[in-house]
Amino acid sequence: MNAVYLVFGIIIPYAALFIFVVGLVYRIVRWASSPVPFRIPTTCGQQKSLPWIKSKKIENPYNNAGVIGRMALEVLVFRSLLRNTKTELRRGIQKLVYKDSKLLWLGAFVFHWSLLIILLRHLRLFVEPVPAFVISLQRLDGLFQIMLPTLYITDILIVLALGYLLLRRMAGAQLRYISLFSDYFAVLLLLGIALSGIFMRYIFRVDLVSVKELALGVLSFHPSIPAAGIGLAFYVHLFLVCTLFAYFPFSKLVHMAGVFLSPTRNLANNSRMRRHINPWNYPVKVHTYQEWEDEFREHMKDAGLPLEKE
Amino acid sequence: MALKTLLTQNKNSILQRWFNLIADTYPTGVSDFLKDNDRFTNPVGHTISQEINSLYDELLQDRVDSDKAAASLDNIIKIRAVQDFSPQEAISFVFLLKKAITDELGSELEKKQSFGEWLEFEPGIDKLASIAFDKYMESREKICELRVNEVRADREIAFRLLRLMGGKNGKHGEAVE
Amino acid sequence: MTDTTKKPEELLKLDYTPPKKGWMETPVDFKKGTYCYSAPQKHQEYLGLPYPRQWQPFDADWKLPENWKQIILEGMNDRLKKYRSFRLYMDICVRCGACADKCHFFIGTGDPKNMPVLRAELLRSVYRKYFTLGGKLFGKVGGARELTEDVLKEWYYYFYQCTECRRCSVFCPYGIDTCEITMMARDLLSLVGCNVGWVIEPASNCFRTGNHLGVPPHAFKDTLDFAIDEVEDLTGVKVEASVNRKGAELLFITPSADYFASPHWYTFLGYLMLFHEIGLDYTWSAYASEGGNFGLFHSAEMMKRLNAKMYAEAKRLGVKWILGGECGHMWRVVHQYMNTINGPADFLEEPVSPITGTKFENAKATKMVHICEFTADLIKNNKLKLDPSRNDHWKMTFHDSCNPARAMGLFEEPRYIIKNVCNNFYEMPENTIKEYTFCCGSGAGLGSDENLEMRLRGGLPRANAVKYVKEKHGVNLLTCICAIDRAVLPTLLQYWVPGVEVSGLHELVGNALVMKGEKERTTDMRGTPRKQEAK
Repeated sequence: MNAVYLVFGIIIPYAALFIFVVGLVYRIVRWASSPVPFRIPTTCGQQKSLPWIKSKKIENPYNNAGVIGRMALEVLVFRSLLRNTKTELRRGIQKLVYKDSKLLWLGAFVFHWSLLIILLRHLRLFVEPVPAFVISLQRLDGLFQIMLPTLYITDILIVLALGYLLLRRMAGAQLRYISLFSDYFAVLLLLGIALSGIFMRYIFRVDLVSVKELALGVLSFHPSIPAAGIGLAFYVHLFLVCTLFAYFPFSKLVHMAGVFLSPTRNLANNSRMRRHINPWNYPVKVHTYQEWEDEFREHMKDAGLPLEKE
Repeated sequence: MALKTLLTQNKNSILQRWFNLIADTYPTGVSDFLKDNDRFTNPVGHTISQEINSLYDELLQDRVDSDKAAASLDNIIKIRAVQDFSPQEAISFVFLLKKAITDELGSELEKKQSFGEWLEFEPGIDKLASIAFDKYMESREKICELRVNEVRADREIAFRLLRLMGGKNGKHGEAVE
Repeated sequence: MTDTTKKPEELLKLDYTPPKKGWMETPVDFKKGTYCYSAPQKHQEYLGLPYPRQWQPFDADWKLPENWKQIILEGMNDRLKKYRSFRLYMDICVRCGACADKCHFFIGTGDPKNMPVLRAELLRSVYRKYFTLGGKLFGKVGGARELTEDVLKEWYYYFYQCTECRRCSVFCPYGIDTCEITMMARDLLSLVGCNVGWVIEPASNCFRTGNHLGVPPHAFKDTLDFAIDEVEDLTGVKVEASVNRKGAELLFITPSADYFASPHWYTFLGYLMLFHEIGLDYTWSAYASEGGNFGLFHSAEMMKRLNAKMYAEAKRLGVKWILGGECGHMWRVVHQYMNTINGPADFLEEPVSPITGTKFENAKATKMVHICEFTADLIKNNKLKLDPSRNDHWKMTFHDSCNPARAMGLFEEPRYIIKNVCNNFYEMPENTIKEYTFCCGSGAGLGSDENLEMRLRGGLPRANAVKYVKEKHGVNLLTCICAIDRAVLPTLLQYWVPGVEVSGLHELVGNALVMKGEKERTTDMRGTPRKQEAK
């Protein structure tokens, strides 16, 4: 039995962590090692040109401050997904229609933020003493003290959001058509992690002190299986988390890191103000003026056009 | 008049069914999109839903105004005439109304009294289909004409260029007799 | 009885829903009117492109080189190393579907492979198969597929069914730009000699004569003289214009369609009138006689080869800076690429308007200014006498062209000009203009007549918004700052919204411009009588 705990409690987490870190670094290095030959921001607002025309400093940034603003909006509030505006000009058979264009944004926003808060809450298991902000975050999250132990808002929200994202993918013919197996897998995995976590907290209680002992041991590279034993539910949860970590670098989930590198978003629209350098710019075969004049000289002479060589 | 009352009462569900049947003539994965009724981001779905509504209203009149019906049909046919449909597929959406009605009203129509009215009502739909055919041909002819015009414009440019380069041209390239 | 009532249904036993196969198993059907013909062999040869041959997309045998697969895969590998955008956009799409209904081709065709996400998946599936571990291990389940001839044909069909307009990129949470992916795919296709005629022929013409239409220098001079005469007939003013003149202060470059096609011609007259009126010391060039750049629709290398003439000619003529006319993709190249590929332009000066003294700070490195920036500045500084009532017979709307909109952000300059040269201006709905503008559906080399049906589909969303302002405000003129728009929108509007004409912005400037010593104008440039004032 001990051997099984060893595998699931120590070996697999180490392996997963290793794959995650190495894999992600590899991915980022690979992206970063491909240069950005051209400055190609997608401009979503007025450019900076004449001084009396008001430019959109964030939607069409011309300097780094603007780019930082743009990226912050993109990463923190998913600005682009908010662009799905719809015109309401409905007459006649209105019953045929129902589609709220902000739902995708809402689902994504709730999911990602819940995930972040939940991750931060987990810090209390990895850090001793527990940082103050984690404690206040935990309090805030557990504001509705409905149950014992405290019911976290984000626990409910993340399940709802993931459920919506999954249903959305399965219910609509359009999205089903473009979805790959991996798209379902990622959502299901996350859902599995969230649910196993929730079960562990509210139904199959586990010994948190032992969990923390294990976590600190693993992180300090002195791993040991706590003598008290933790409970099966924990190992299920942990295994799913490990799967996610190991899967992460090979999947579309790398968008978390990739979004920061996207050249249509993270570059200022200033290519006429400052020269952008392409590291692999190479000379190409051109048709020179001389060659051109040589071909048309007689005609140009007849037409009275100036010539370099008579 | 029992049938017309039925058709009026069930207008929304029949139209919805008709629309869905039309949407199903598009490839997989697209019908959802078409149901989104945004006039500007979904002109195809919007046009279809608007125009089948007016066609339906027209059919319920005592006398179908062919000009009005033709205008509505034209708006839909113009779109379907350039999409990936064979001619019969392009206009058959009209007949789908019959299917929508029979599907929706099914057993009601079987009642003897309604059936007689149905036989009177049905030719109206056939009439729409024949107008639709005219409109389809008009659209296709228009496309041909536009294409010929484009080729002609290209040819004019080419001729003008030839004349300008020809040497024996007049002041501005016009041919010298 | 029952039988008879069911009859219509039986008559209609047609199978409407296509077989429910996944997109990977649905090969392309080249239907007439929906694709572009291949590039003529002689033009491919003139440009020195690989594997020139005679073939057509509808042929069963595309006569591909024997090792075509290897060429494509090596080409892909090479480009993954050269473009971060390419590698990144192959990796990070989550298929959220935000882009799905944003493409004008999807909206108009209802073809699922025109959803930007699927268009990219056409390439991404091959990338996964040959360049990722997951794809190698799991194959189809991992979203990967073999590169076959059918896949290649699919690429040709769908990557020449994308106008590189970047609308989808606006809505993508990661900024994935299908334009970048289309550019890569076209570049790859070209490696095995698969190009479309409407891109290669203009590119080849441009390489040889200096412009897409293939107008040689003496014909250029002639057409310019012709325009000068026409301006004189119209206004009584004899304008001057020089060609290849050394020592001029500015070089003016505009798309060749402006001086050779209709309705561009009137914009061309507008330029001549404007420059004369402000006494601009400028020259035309018969060598750099093309603003547009069809190389952009082929490959980065071809773009650079064609674009090189602009700086080379500016240097040879010794001008201070370059002024550029109304054109869409020309400004994509000038604004986002030119200085990078053919700069630095250290032989030119930072642009300053010789009329107003305004420094164009935003163009200080590339040293090329957009005519709308230039004219807006003139108007702001009261350098022009304008009579907007001369455009009163027009009720107009403005179409933002994709490239100045989403690759530059040129929104207010043209609008400022419009508001000063005409009295009746109506905007189209908000989600169809500015950064949300709908493409004309014929850009990026798709504007050939054999592709007309596809163009009509792609142009539907744009035309549909025009139809709205026509019905609501009686709009009868669509004005735009793009030569491709001016070439293709007249046809599209004749089909979708008959009664709306197309013009360039500087045509309207020319109409409104009150010139010193001009005679009374009774018609506009097109010969349309001016609207009489209501009495």
